[in-house]
Formats: sequence, C-alpha cells, structure tokens
Amino acid sequence: MAEIVNMPKLGFDMAEGTLVRWVIHEGDHVAKGEVLAEIETDKATVEVESTYEGVLLRQLVSQGTVVPINDPIAVIGQPGEEVNLDANVGSEGALEKSKEAEQAIEAAGTSNPARGPVYEIRVLPVLAEALHASPLARSMASEMGIDLRLVRGSGPGGRITKKDIESYLLKPSVPDPVKSPSQTPIAGDAPVKTFIRETRIVPIPKLRAAIGRRMADSTQQAPHFYVTHEYDVSALTDRRKEINLLLAVDDKLSVNDFIVRAVALTLLEFPNLNTSIDLKSNTLIYHGEINIGVAVAVENGLLTAVNRNTDQKTIYQISSELKNVVLRARDGKVRPEDIEGSTFTVSNLGMYDVDQFTAIINPPEAAILAIGSAKQVPVVVNGEIRIGNRMNATLSVDHRISDGAEGARFLQALANFIEEPLRLLISF
Amino acid sequence: MPRITMREAISQALWEEMERDPSVFILGEEVGVWGGSYAVTKGFYDHFGPERVKDTPIAEAAIIGAAIGAALTGLRPIAEIMTINFAFSAFDHIINEAAKFHYMFAGQMMVPMVIRTVSGGGRQLAATHSQTPDAIFAHFPGLKVVAPGTPEDAKGLLKSAIRCDDPVLFIESATLYQLRGEVSEGDNLIPIGKSKIQRPGKDVTIVTYSKMLDTSIKAADLLAQEGIEAEIVDLRTLRPLDMGPVLESFKKTNRAVVAEEGWRSYGVGAEVVARIYEEAFDYVDAPIQRVAQKEVPLPYNRTMEQLALPQIEDVLKAVREVL
Repeated sequence: MAEIVNMPKLGFDMAEGTLVRWVIHEGDHVAKGEVLAEIETDKATVEVESTYEGVLLRQLVSQGTVVPINDPIAVIGQPGEEVNLDANVGSEGALEKSKEAEQAIEAAGTSNPARGPVYEIRVLPVLAEALHASPLARSMASEMGIDLRLVRGSGPGGRITKKDIESYLLKPSVPDPVKSPSQTPIAGDAPVKTFIRETRIVPIPKLRAAIGRRMADSTQQAPHFYVTHEYDVSALTDRRKEINLLLAVDDKLSVNDFIVRAVALTLLEFPNLNTSIDLKSNTLIYHGEINIGVAVAVENGLLTAVNRNTDQKTIYQISSELKNVVLRARDGKVRPEDIEGSTFTVSNLGMYDVDQFTAIINPPEAAILAIGSAKQVPVVVNGEIRIGNRMNATLSVDHRISDGAEGARFLQALANFIEEPLRLLISF
Repeated sequence: MPRITMREAISQALWEEMERDPSVFILGEEVGVWGGSYAVTKGFYDHFGPERVKDTPIAEAAIIGAAIGAALTGLRPIAEIMTINFAFSAFDHIINEAAKFHYMFAGQMMVPMVIRTVSGGGRQLAATHSQTPDAIFAHFPGLKVVAPGTPEDAKGLLKSAIRCDDPVLFIESATLYQLRGEVSEGDNLIPIGKSKIQRPGKDVTIVTYSKMLDTSIKAADLLAQEGIEAEIVDLRTLRPLDMGPVLESFKKTNRAVVAEEGWRSYGVGAEVVARIYEEAFDYVDAPIQRVAQKEVPLPYNRTMEQLALPQIEDVLKAVREVL
C-alpha cells in the first residue's frame, strides 16, 4: 500500500518549508534511511530521510516550492502500483499539487494523511557549492583571503590549481608604487608596494539571509522599546569563583549560565514576557514552558541555542547542556531541537568588552535581554566612592505585548537573583 | 673520479671490505670458482680462498640459515641469492629470524649480515625469474632494504651495509651492471636511510629508485628539451624510508610522479604517494601519478616483456598528466 510523506514540522514556529532539492527521482527505489529531499527552513537546511522502503511513485511538489507543514510531498509504494493521479498537471504550484496530493491520498487508500513521523531529520552545515580546487590552491586561497568562486579553473574538469591562483592575483591592475617627488628615498629602503585588493561580489550565505529576513521582519513589525538596568555583580563574581574552584576545567560555569537561570526564574513572575504573538489569529500564546535561547555566534551568522524548561534546572545542568549545543552549533552538527522552541532569548556580548547594547527581538518572542561586560567601576556607597563590579543589561520588548513599566519591573526583579546569586542555587 | 660500471663498483666494495675486516665472508651459489653468476666476485676465490668465498648447494634456505648462524657468532656474512625470486625459498629465515632476532632477544643478539640479490626484469628470464618484489621485503620492520641506482651509491651503500650491525637486503638491478658512473676512490661510505636529489628541477618531482632512476633521468633529459625541469629524488633505501628530500622537493614543485619497476598495487609508489598526501596535503596541486609494471606475470617474449615493463615513454606520459 502506498505511503504518503508530508512536509515535516521542525519547530513550533515553523509554518512552511522550501523543498530545495529532490534527491530521489520518481520511479527510483528508496531504502529506509535514504535521503529523499532537502528542505530549507528559516534556520537551516535539513535532509528528510525516508522511513519507508519502496519506489518513489510520485513527487507531489517541484523543487523550489514552498510547502506548508504536514502537506503531502511524496508518495512511496510498490513498483507499478497505481497512484490514480491526473497525469496532465500543468501548474507546478503548491496549491495545485496539494489537490493532487489529496487525490493521491485517496488513491493510496490512506485515511490519515497526518500520520506519525515518516522522516528523520538531520541538519546540514551551510556548504559552498561544489567547487574543484587542488589542496594547494585551497590553502593558498585561504591564506590570501581569495574567494575561490571568483577564480577560473584551468585544470581537468575546471579544477583550480596554483597557476590559476597566481594568474588571478596578477589580473587586477596593480598600480606602480607611488613615489612622491619630495621624498628622497633613504638608501637601503625597500620601495613601498601598494596592493589593491579586488572588490568581490559574493552571494549572501543562506544562514545570513535567513537571519536578515527574520531581523528585518522583527524590526519592521514589532515596535521595540528598550530598558537598561545596571546590576551589582560583586556577589555573583565571588560565588562563581568559589564554585568554579570545585569544578573541573571543562565544567566551569560562565557568568552567562547564572544569568540564564536568573532570567528563567524571573520569567516565572512575568508570564507576559514569555509569550509569542500570533497575528493571524490575533492571539497571544502564553507558553507553558520557559525555554531560554542563547544567541551563539557561528560561522556566517548566529544561532539560538535553546535550553528547555530552564526554570526547572540547576545552573550546572544549564551550563553543561548549553555547552553541548554550542559545540554542535559550531561544528555544523546542530539538531533541530537545539535551535527551535525558545520562548525568551539572552544575547551576551560580555566577553567582548561591551558596555551595553540593544538587541533585536527574536520573533515571535516578546522580549530579548542584551548583556554587557561585567566591569570594575567607581560607585558611590554611603557618600563615598568605592570600586564596584557592575554589569549593564538592556531589555528589548515588543510593545504589542508589553509596556515600559513591566519591562522595568522585570529588570528590577532580575536584580534579586543576579545581585543575590545564592537564590539561584536554592530556588526551584 | 674514475668512471666505472655498477658491477665494478659493487665488486670494489666487497673486495675492500673483505681486505679491511677478516670477519667478512661471502657465501652463495657459484660465487667462488665460477666468480658469481653476474661476475661480481670474479677473482675473489683465488685471492681470499675457499674459507672466505664459499660455494653452497642450490638451497637458499640453507644459505640464509647458515649466514644467520654465522652472524650470530660474530662474523659478517654476505649471502648472495642469485635472484630475489629465489629469496622466497628463504623467506621464513629472512623475515622471522634475521629481521626479528634483535627484537625477540631484547637486543642480546645482533644479526650483522648482508643479503645481496638481484631484482627486476628485462632479460627474458620469464615470469618466475623476472619479478621486482622489493616492496614485499620493505614491508617488514627489522629488515633494512637498500636498492641503489648509481655505481657511486652502490659502492658506498654496500660498504655501509657490510658494516651495519642489522641485516640488510641489498637489491641490485639485473639490467644495471653495465651502467657507468663516477665513483669516489677510497672509503666513501654512504649512509643507509637517506634519499637524495639526483637531479635538480623545479616543475615536477619524479620519485624513483634503482633501475627506474636511470629511466627517469633519460626521461628528464627529453623533458628538458621541452623546457620542463624535472627534479629527481632517488630513494636509495626503501626501509627505513627517508621522505625528507621527497617532501622538500614536492613542496617546491607541487606535482609528482612516482616511478618503480614493480607492480603498482601495494607497491613502493603506493607508499610514497600516501606519505605525500599525508604529510604535504596542502601542497598538492594535481593528483600524483604512478609509473609501474603492468599487472601481469612478466612475459618471456621480448616485445611483450618490454611492453609490460615501465619505459621512458610511461614516465613522460605521467609527467605530462600531472603538469
């Protein structure tokens, strides 16, 4: 009996995916675990693997089609099995195809198209298009910062070799060293070489484009307001030092681990800031889970590493879970659950010596917290100037969901945990 | 420096070492009264006497076994195996005894012996007497394998081999005995385990040894007429393999051909190419080519034999392939 493969849902806020490429062609045999197609979501390109064995009887959507989640994309069955579809389909559109799909489902005698998962997913690192270059050419290009896509290969099959890199370097007109007549060259001085690097035009990497789309949507649609608060982090710094003395090098806690837990516990008191807005139904979704996302820099952009039910975990658990996700993210081996499903995001640039900054809300969340560096600064205590440890945090909030007063109260409440970090160790 | 043949160079090395050290002696088939099947030991029997130049029965296992026993008692035997094809009969003694005793007895015993033998085809000796199984012997730790390609190297390396406290398989090429070259006079030792750049160049590296060194030099002469400067690295020793000059040359030229007379599969070329990919991957600008014997038992028919053996044209073709 024929089986239907649907567009997988790869995260709670995923509504549709683009079928980028069919890997198995119609009429070809497909084994269990074999990759059927590649699907691009807002956040990653994933491979959809078949959990059926059989022949791919029909591709129900063409490459490049945007398909809503759970809509059928393919039919797998026995060779020669009848799939009673109207063979003469002119339109390639997803809607037309969906109708076709309905017929296919009927034809296949499947009563429940949204049956259990028929795919396994694996996130692919963002790869450059296949490009042939010798190892030497690759190492030369990376050393000199040359984009190999701009170099013409003269080797077999268009392979780029050392010679091609050298002629590429010669191509741009390098002006003669400019000598000022007033400057008398000092004996033994080498002439000054002027080197002009070629202007390069490169396609926007997928991840960068996805970030761009989401951030543009967020800034255009969500009216942001910002509230900044200064925290005394002396106690946090001391407690962290004491705790880390007890931990192995790989297990040591970061300031961010404390902040992530502090935010999760504070959100318990501020459910309004742990929501998503759904414009289609004009509703607010109050999430039952507090899942803290942490912005992680990766090659070509950033991902949100998600920690689930953060309010119910110890700092140690949060720390080790986040470390694992960050490792996978930087290796390009991130899993969908690692980057999907956050309800509130923390973005920390503390390690870069940043006083404070404002972050763009990660849609469809209600708010994002931007953390600056913890610094020693002069502070006034009881009319005297002393050395204090301070850290700024700026909350960006969607004005459609909340107001300045609530944002300010959230930051105040957060101080209870950040400035008295022992609470983070006992509260549950 | 006098220009002498490979045969004379090897003969000189043996003569000088026997004069220098009374513990050195020769044993093998027809090495005495007959003067050696390749005439390398002509005159030795009359000069050194039957005690030090011993004719043996046609029994390779006995020759190697006796040599090992003599070496264990402190002598320095030079066992001649008429062709390397006959060494298979003595394989167990060579691999499991000569190459292992130092290790198995924790250094209490040394096996200071040389096995002189002849490898390669091209003399119409048919499939069982024309093989080039050098790589097989180079596979085993404990056995040094030397295979010179010039008279100078043959003399200097053989003297080092005779003075070496470990067993050394010294491989001569059947078709190189008449090759002439300048040879230093006197006690010029060449260390075992050192590759050498035999000809400088900048466009492509040809890695080779023994007979194929000569072939490669002839190919390089032709390439030079086209303006292609090939650098030739002679391995000289197959174990221990010295990749230093190979890598140094390859990092300059980024392109290489490895030429050997034996079969391609699991050969010396396979080892050298793998090492280049492992140790100089970022310098590779084109897939490395191997020149080797066709994968057939070597035919007796002269035309077919030459077709199966790697020729100058094969080296030229491989060089053009990588450039």
